[in-house]
Amino acid sequence: MLQNKSFVRKTRQGRVVKVVREHYLRDDIYCGASFCKVCVTSAAKLTPSDSAILVVDTNVVLNQAIPIPTHPRFTLGHIDLLENPGIDGVVLLSVVLDEVKNKNLAVYNRIRALCSNALRKFFVFSNEHHKETYVKAMAGESPNDRNDRAIRVAAQWYQNHLGSTTRVVLITNDRENKRKAIEEGIAAETVDSYVKSLGQPALLDLLVHPPSEDASMMEVEDLRPSKKKVIYTEHKPMSEITSGLHRGIYHQGKLRVNRYNPFEAYVGSESIGDEIIVYGRGNMNRAFDGDIVAVELLPQDQWHTEKSMTIADEDDDEEEDVHLAPGSADDAPRVTNLVPGSGRGVSSVSSRPSGHVVGIIKRNWHSYCGSLEPMPLPAGNGGVAHALFVSKDRRIPKVRIKTRQLGNLLDKRIVVAVDSWDCLSRYPSGHYVRTIGDIGDRDTESEVVLIDNDIDTRPFSAQVLSCLPPLPWSVSSEDLANPIRQDLRHLTVFSVDPPGCKDIDDALHCTALPGGNFEVGVHIADVTNFVHPGTPLDDEATQRGTSVYLVERRIDMLPKPLTEDICSLRADIERLAFSVIWEMTPEAEIISTRYTKSVIKSSAALSYVEAQARMDDSRMTDQVTKDLRNMNKLAKIMRQRRIDRGALTLASAEVKFQIDTETHDPLDIGMYQIREANQMVEEFMLAANISVAEKILNHFPPCSLLRRHPSPTKEMLEPLLRTTAALGLSLDLSSSKALADSLDRAVGDDPYFNKLIRILATRCMSQAVYFCSGDLSPPEFYHYGLAAPLYTHFTSPIRRYADVIVHRLLAASLGIYKLPNIFQDRPQLTSIADNLNYRHRNAQMASRASVELHTIIYFRKRPTDTEGRIVKMRSNGFIVFVPKYGIEGPVYLTLRGEKGGGEWVVDEQQQKVRKIDGSVSYSVLQTVRIHMEVVEPQPNRPKLQLTLL
Amino acid sequence: MEYVNPEGIREDGRRPLEMRHLHAEIGTVARADGSAVFEMGNTKVIAAVYGPREVQNRSQQLNDQALVRCEYSMPNFSTGDRMRKPKGDRRSTEISLVIRQTMEACILTHLMPRSQIDIFVQVLSADGGTRSACINAATLALADAGIPMRDLVTSCSAGYLNSTPLLDLSYFEDSAGGPDVTVGILPKLDKVTLLQMDARLPIDIFENVVQLATEGCKAVANYIHEVLLENTKQLEYRRGL
Ligand SMILES: [Zn+2]
Repeated sequence: MLQNKSFVRKTRQGRVVKVVREHYLRDDIYCGASFCKVCVTSAAKLTPSDSAILVVDTNVVLNQAIPIPTHPRFTLGHIDLLENPGIDGVVLLSVVLDEVKNKNLAVYNRIRALCSNALRKFFVFSNEHHKETYVKAMAGESPNDRNDRAIRVAAQWYQNHLGSTTRVVLITNDRENKRKAIEEGIAAETVDSYVKSLGQPALLDLLVHPPSEDASMMEVEDLRPSKKKVIYTEHKPMSEITSGLHRGIYHQGKLRVNRYNPFEAYVGSESIGDEIIVYGRGNMNRAFDGDIVAVELLPQDQWHTEKSMTIADEDDDEEEDVHLAPGSADDAPRVTNLVPGSGRGVSSVSSRPSGHVVGIIKRNWHSYCGSLEPMPLPAGNGGVAHALFVSKDRRIPKVRIKTRQLGNLLDKRIVVAVDSWDCLSRYPSGHYVRTIGDIGDRDTESEVVLIDNDIDTRPFSAQVLSCLPPLPWSVSSEDLANPIRQDLRHLTVFSVDPPGCKDIDDALHCTALPGGNFEVGVHIADVTNFVHPGTPLDDEATQRGTSVYLVERRIDMLPKPLTEDICSLRADIERLAFSVIWEMTPEAEIISTRYTKSVIKSSAALSYVEAQARMDDSRMTDQVTKDLRNMNKLAKIMRQRRIDRGALTLASAEVKFQIDTETHDPLDIGMYQIREANQMVEEFMLAANISVAEKILNHFPPCSLLRRHPSPTKEMLEPLLRTTAALGLSLDLSSSKALADSLDRAVGDDPYFNKLIRILATRCMSQAVYFCSGDLSPPEFYHYGLAAPLYTHFTSPIRRYADVIVHRLLAASLGIYKLPNIFQDRPQLTSIADNLNYRHRNAQMASRASVELHTIIYFRKRPTDTEGRIVKMRSNGFIVFVPKYGIEGPVYLTLRGEKGGGEWVVDEQQQKVRKIDGSVSYSVLQTVRIHMEVVEPQPNRPKLQLTLL
Repeated sequence: MEYVNPEGIREDGRRPLEMRHLHAEIGTVARADGSAVFEMGNTKVIAAVYGPREVQNRSQQLNDQALVRCEYSMPNFSTGDRMRKPKGDRRSTEISLVIRQTMEACILTHLMPRSQIDIFVQVLSADGGTRSACINAATLALADAGIPMRDLVTSCSAGYLNSTPLLDLSYFEDSAGGPDVTVGILPKLDKVTLLQMDARLPIDIFENVVQLATEGCKAVANYIHEVLLENTKQLEYRRGL
């Protein structure tokens, strides 16, 4: 049967055209009930054991308040509820799926995942193409009303089709739709009434709390009359925002909340070409991190010029008035907060525009990990309790939830979703989604770290695994005969990695040539021989972007058979590689470079320690050791040349744990020791990356994937300059070379001083990022830290997707393979680079959070006295950096509550804090003895505390 | 974009291997020697054939075979945006050529030396697959004109979207920018006379897609046979046989 569907559509040029599309109606769409006598039941999912067949309306699925008051259909939804196994036997109509897809792709993907989950009974019924359930819009009927009717018709069809022995219930939150359904003789219920009828308290918690229902919450607040007033200004209606944006009085952009100070946010605005700072929750006006907002600039005299120097205590924000300016600086003074790698130099420069949010264009609400604020259990009736949820992510405000299982949840890490935030309530309202586990439990906390950083830990799907070659895999005669592949098995190739490394992606060789020159090769696992573009395996790796290393576990980008076996360049096994081979003079000048796919056979997989020991042991004269020594000589020359060119030798405080293999608890903690062998390998990897970057950019100027490190601006180095100025040191920032030289000159009384300055400098720099060469101009390609005009990542394709892309580019530039089509699509390439940066950053944050977690676990049983260095002054104390454990945190001179007690005076110029009577003073970079101990100010909330000895 | 949903249904309700509705009418232009309207879904094409007749321009006359000419046009009203297109643009010149070559390959031109056959094809409504519809309409019109042919040429297209081979792309699916393979066959001789593709496809997928389009051509051929048979029956009936 054929229907024509016609509608009007606006073209990209702004013209309105009428579109006519065919619409076929079918009689081979089945109901999906396994007990149906009429239909084909091969794909059936609904079973007679379900108490009822639920036909859900769109508003039941959608999770977000969409700011269109005239559309009651799209108010609030319950995707979390549907994901709970307590709800099953659900029919999703194609009309509902289409609406969900148009409104919120993320929710659509989640609901699709439910439908394809074999364990759940979710069935998609293509009502729009079924000849008995298709409805044509009537004259004057709005699309919403038409879709409502389609849903009712489908529900009716199910009831008639399955007969009276099966209960079919239409679940809708739209009162009008429910009324009409009941009129038409369809059983209909709201989500609330249906879930209540199930009588499961855990399910009740998952209910979304629409703002109108907030009345009960208000009553609780009524006890505090002062809180009843309007707290936030009303958001402007969309029409006003649009016209305001048009006239240039409002500015649109994505709101980003300072990770270390949740009361400060930035909106990158294209219209004024600068970042607008938004101070305080009042000015943020209920916007969340990642929301697209409209901002109005404040009058210039209200732009902030000073920042308070007080350490904001974690409990402070409870007392913090939302109208007040932020209390703390950019750096989180939390003990658990490790050295931030890239402090966004956010000193408040008075010329930076400040603004306030007038409306939210697009919400970025999702679910958050955290725990409930400790509170006494409500007396008596184990009924509904109102609790405040505190997210692990400090950028997220507290969320109010209603729960019937408070006793169960208080000492748990839970996931909560945000539903609404009206201007009368100080905090947004949300609902409980699920429990992760006990607070403080290592596995629970590790999972929180992973969820928090959006890291996909699901096992690889069967589809992905089906892309792997059959095991056991070995180099075949075809591989050897392949003309693109050079047989390098005769070379003495070896690898040097951290001990216990299983995913070996690089190996080296160094052969002395007759004329006195050396042939040096870097051989990288040939991952792209197994990961082909466009396959599920490739798509999965693109999404993951990188492997993630936590202290006790690793989340792989590629399936284990590839990472640990097929691609890993293990000793004494033939493996496929992609090689960069140079001829070098004894002075380490590169005479020629060639690139080839190859077959190698590693003769030794050494650890850094082993390699170092071989080089140091003069009695050893075997081939590998001799080659190692030659390489080390070359590497030293290369390194020196790089430093002369202005490369920065930066430093970070990397710590290493020794983990108990049984309990996975940390046994020992210490600084990661860097040996000459590490530096040697690193030097050749850098050289290979640079050679490859040159090659691919030369061949594909518009679509190469490179890595750049932007030069730091003066503002970014501001904290470092303030410190060094107080110490009487001057740093020359005119170029990376000048900075490198002045860092070299910064030598203090103790050997650690220079390292400390370097650590502080590193912290001021932004991170290196991937980019698509077509998006920037060549001067911007510069890698500041390495003082290299071009750089990319080629050497770790097993654990970084960027390297996979670069391998494909290099292969194409050699004419081995054609360049995949994706490289012709610049926007797509840019978005891949952006995703890689995002994943890379998240992986780092996760690693760091994992280290923090294990630090706490380690010190829980081991209170320790140690030395620390003061790195930052505060009015009521200072921040101390503990080099031995790589952590830093606040040390208070005055007790909490008596802020700035008047006893201590800060001299910002000198970076000193001294007692008013002059008896004691502390200055920046001074060494102090401190005591470290894990305390639990609140039950189940362990934190590391630093106190002065 | 989701062109085939997980339930295996395309945007317009078809399954991947299904063709749109076919409809054909013969003898729609009274003045012509042979004519036909051919519809594939919302794509509608009219074809009219004049000839064999005397060659108008003597200099073009071929002494050993008939001269086949083709004029293709796609008026502005046939598309959704009704954009004004210059006459004789490259696309229509190319399609004219494709139709002429395909038809020439099946007409027994050597039986009609020193004569001329004109094929006029006009798209009345375009919704994807116009090339195929043009060829199918021209075949019917030639058959209606009683021009001797080796076989009926029939054509159909197939594409590849969401990793699924799709038969007979609609305009919406065609605009996805994926590969679109148009195949023309001589069904009885089982020969391919036309194969066009304007994108890249891995060879194994390409073979699948071509295979699918060929199946489509056969289905079109069956339909055209039916239409011709029905037409003949009606002619017989009118003649009182
Ligand atoms: Zn049925």
